[in-house]
Amino acid sequence: MLRLVPPLTLLLFLGPIAAGLAGTLLPAFGHLPVLGMDLAPSDPWRMLAGAPGLGTALTLTLTSGLLSAALSYTLAVGLCAAFHDRAWFARLRVTLAPLLAVPHAALAIGFAFLIAPSGWIARLISPWLTGWETPPGFATVADPYALALTMALMLKETPFLLLMILAALNQVPSNRLMAVSRTLGYGPITGWLKAVLPLVQRQIRLPLYAVLAYALSNVDMAIVLAPDTPPPLAVQLLRWFNDPDLAMRFPAAAGAVLLCLVVALAIGLTRGIEALTGALGRRWIAGGSRGGSGTGLRLAAGVGGGLALALSLFSLLALGLWSLAGRWRYPDALPQSIGLSTWMRQGETLALPFWTTLWAGLAATLIALALVLACLEHEQRRGRALSQRGLWLLYLPLLVPQVGFLFGVQVLLVVARLDGSAAALVWSHLLFVLPYVYLALADPYRALDARYERTARCLGASPARVFWRVKLPILLKPILIAAAIGFAVSVSQYLPTLFAGAGRYATLTTEAVSLSAGADRRVVAVFAFAQGGLPFLGFLLALLLPAWLYRHRAGLRRIG
Amino acid sequence: MRIVKIMLAALALATGIGTVKADDWSDTLAKARGQTVYWNAWAGDERINTYIQWVGTRVQAEYGVTLRHVKLADTAEAVSRVLAEKTAGRVEGGSVDLIWINGENFAAMKRGQMLFGPFTQKLPNFKLVDTKGKPTTLVDFTIPTDGLESPWGMAQFVFMMDTARVKNPPRSIPALLDWAKANPGRFGYPAPPDFIGSTFLKQALVELTPDRAILQKPVDEAGFAAATQPLWAWLDALHPALWREGAAFPKSGPALRQMLDDGAVDMALSFHPGEASSLIAEGKLPKSVRTFVLDGGTIGNTHFVAIPFNAKAKEGAMAVANFLLSPEAQARKQDPAYWGDGTVLDLAALPAADKARFEAIQLGVATLSPQELGTALPEPHPSWMTRIEEEWLKRYSR
Repeated sequence: MLRLVPPLTLLLFLGPIAAGLAGTLLPAFGHLPVLGMDLAPSDPWRMLAGAPGLGTALTLTLTSGLLSAALSYTLAVGLCAAFHDRAWFARLRVTLAPLLAVPHAALAIGFAFLIAPSGWIARLISPWLTGWETPPGFATVADPYALALTMALMLKETPFLLLMILAALNQVPSNRLMAVSRTLGYGPITGWLKAVLPLVQRQIRLPLYAVLAYALSNVDMAIVLAPDTPPPLAVQLLRWFNDPDLAMRFPAAAGAVLLCLVVALAIGLTRGIEALTGALGRRWIAGGSRGGSGTGLRLAAGVGGGLALALSLFSLLALGLWSLAGRWRYPDALPQSIGLSTWMRQGETLALPFWTTLWAGLAATLIALALVLACLEHEQRRGRALSQRGLWLLYLPLLVPQVGFLFGVQVLLVVARLDGSAAALVWSHLLFVLPYVYLALADPYRALDARYERTARCLGASPARVFWRVKLPILLKPILIAAAIGFAVSVSQYLPTLFAGAGRYATLTTEAVSLSAGADRRVVAVFAFAQGGLPFLGFLLALLLPAWLYRHRAGLRRIG
Repeated sequence: MRIVKIMLAALALATGIGTVKADDWSDTLAKARGQTVYWNAWAGDERINTYIQWVGTRVQAEYGVTLRHVKLADTAEAVSRVLAEKTAGRVEGGSVDLIWINGENFAAMKRGQMLFGPFTQKLPNFKLVDTKGKPTTLVDFTIPTDGLESPWGMAQFVFMMDTARVKNPPRSIPALLDWAKANPGRFGYPAPPDFIGSTFLKQALVELTPDRAILQKPVDEAGFAAATQPLWAWLDALHPALWREGAAFPKSGPALRQMLDDGAVDMALSFHPGEASSLIAEGKLPKSVRTFVLDGGTIGNTHFVAIPFNAKAKEGAMAVANFLLSPEAQARKQDPAYWGDGTVLDLAALPAADKARFEAIQLGVATLSPQELGTALPEPHPSWMTRIEEEWLKRYSR
């Protein structure tokens, strides 16, 4: 039984992605039999090239994607280099997780509330400081260079990269390396960059590529924050795909292929830069410069990290405040009144998307958890860990742009009459939940002291009994944390919900994004806040439940 | 071949109308009970969403129909979905039961034979509709509805202004250009295909084009250039004076009115003459906001609901369409406290009790009287809108 799970997991995963990619590639070259249309192979590309604003759309995609990934990476590495020796740094893992759980759309909406010309920051400093009696005319959201989108992407991705570096640090002997480099006279930052980073870099390569792919192909954050005449490429593709003129699906498919190529090229470029930096870095390392105390760098990283944290927190605070606000006219710094009236009025509207979000998230998380646990248990009984190639396969849904294969998947679902079914919705979420659950759980599972198992086996327990009675209870906390991460990923899914749900399933995410196009800020805030709050509750539960369950078992509370 | 098709269509039409019987409707209601109707409707305005939700509770009570609002950012999404289903050969059990629709989306669905019906004659409340006084309830953007869509509301294009900052509103399209130049950055319109943005472009076109009659016919390429040349010249002159110099556009009508509330612009656009009053009452616009129309009249139209050919819950959808035409639903919709959208019913012909519902409605401080609203200008043929949107994107989306 158990040995069927890994191939089954891969099939569940790669089959539809491959089919979906094929379903995108065929129309990109003029073949779309389902719709009874056939064009010459070059026609879709001609349509794409002739589309108004394509150059700008592509530029927006490239600048926001590459710049945000570079900034997140720099900030995450900078923070680690600057503060790895601080006591609080070790506890960062627990603090960062909830921040990571904030769905993209909620953060984007909150960030827009914060930085818009009529946003909270402008309200706080106007008119007494700025003289802006009316909101300033310059663009801070939907700005022509997509800087707002770039910033928000950076805010969202930095905690993820930071967490991934922290996880990688557990697998390299960083303490010993740092001790040696210190005795050799290296400054703390230089020492970390020279001795630890090269080892960590290999481990965070895939997460970095995932960040890059997401930044280049995201739709929900771009809808909220990017300009829209024209929008970035991924949003433009979605528009074409929804055009009542079905012929527009051809340039949409060609554009999706183009976006996949862009992501592949960007990943290649990053790999190239990494190799180049590695080569140059070796000379820098061998050069032997010790570096000073690094106060300047530490200050820069501290200011950057603090600013990012503050912007994220205030974005969420802005959501909360708007959801409670009565009349709040520009340039008042605070609402004239505070109350629950918007929540009361939206209660009924909120209920259905809330339950949909909840059951879809729970179902996808539970299935992912079962599959991942079975895979990990199988791997332990076989004594063979997932290969590097296997890891790539697992990362595939995170590396291929969602629009690249969801188009094809939707056609498949329509043909199979599965579109708009609960199964399709849960499966489409599973695709993205599974990799994260695996990433979160693999290390703690493998790190479990093998002596527990051996002891139990010696006492006559079967492998199954060991799994249920020994491993699961001990690993309860990491399992719940992995589940909370999986649930948060499911909550934040936008495109998969649209495509697999055929519009029938509204989640807090789809509601928040569609409302963000112009509905009352209070209502948008209610939905976005609920969207952000749900994963947070998941994390709270994941932290509190083991503490409560094991309140009489001091030994079990320490693990995880 | 073509003649055969037309004859078949005529036959279908004739039999469709021919079979109206009184107990037909009770049959329909019996089948409707217990059905779930997925109503695909634009959801960019939460007051309308709240109204739709109220309809849901009422049709549940009245007909035992469960209503689900599938929230669209653009009606074209639903059209595209039905089209995809039709092409994939799904002729029944489709995912869309009811669509809020008009204009080019209706034209596309009618042309593609993607609509169920004719069904409006079967709705008992349809006879309350003022088809004589409001001819657009039967002709949607010059396209005859042929009973394939049921009227829901009357819309007329109006401008909102903040009288704290606008003293003398421009009363014509050329005057609007002068006003914008005198007040740079204080006016903006949503980019098409947002329907408020597209309607604004049509409003300008109707006023600027040399021969209005041509707009009532399908667009032809030769005529298009001549008819729209003044529009592009006017837009070229207007854009530098717009909010953000026309480099960015408000996302939607509701986004624009939020900007009016913020004071980021001095005017906003609306399709519902009662919307401004309603927003003032809710504290979403300053009390100083008023509405105005242009001296030459503004575009008016009717919006409808239609049922796709492959809808799963056709009877339930008809029950909902019928409820939407009830004096109860129409009066609530016209009330600015809820929505402020004009009724399609013939008030003079209503029984006294129902008439009283409408007479009790407070129009609100910023709502123009029917006399002040003036005559509604007819919508151009839908092909004009499609072509203008395309051409606009080519020119201004770079």
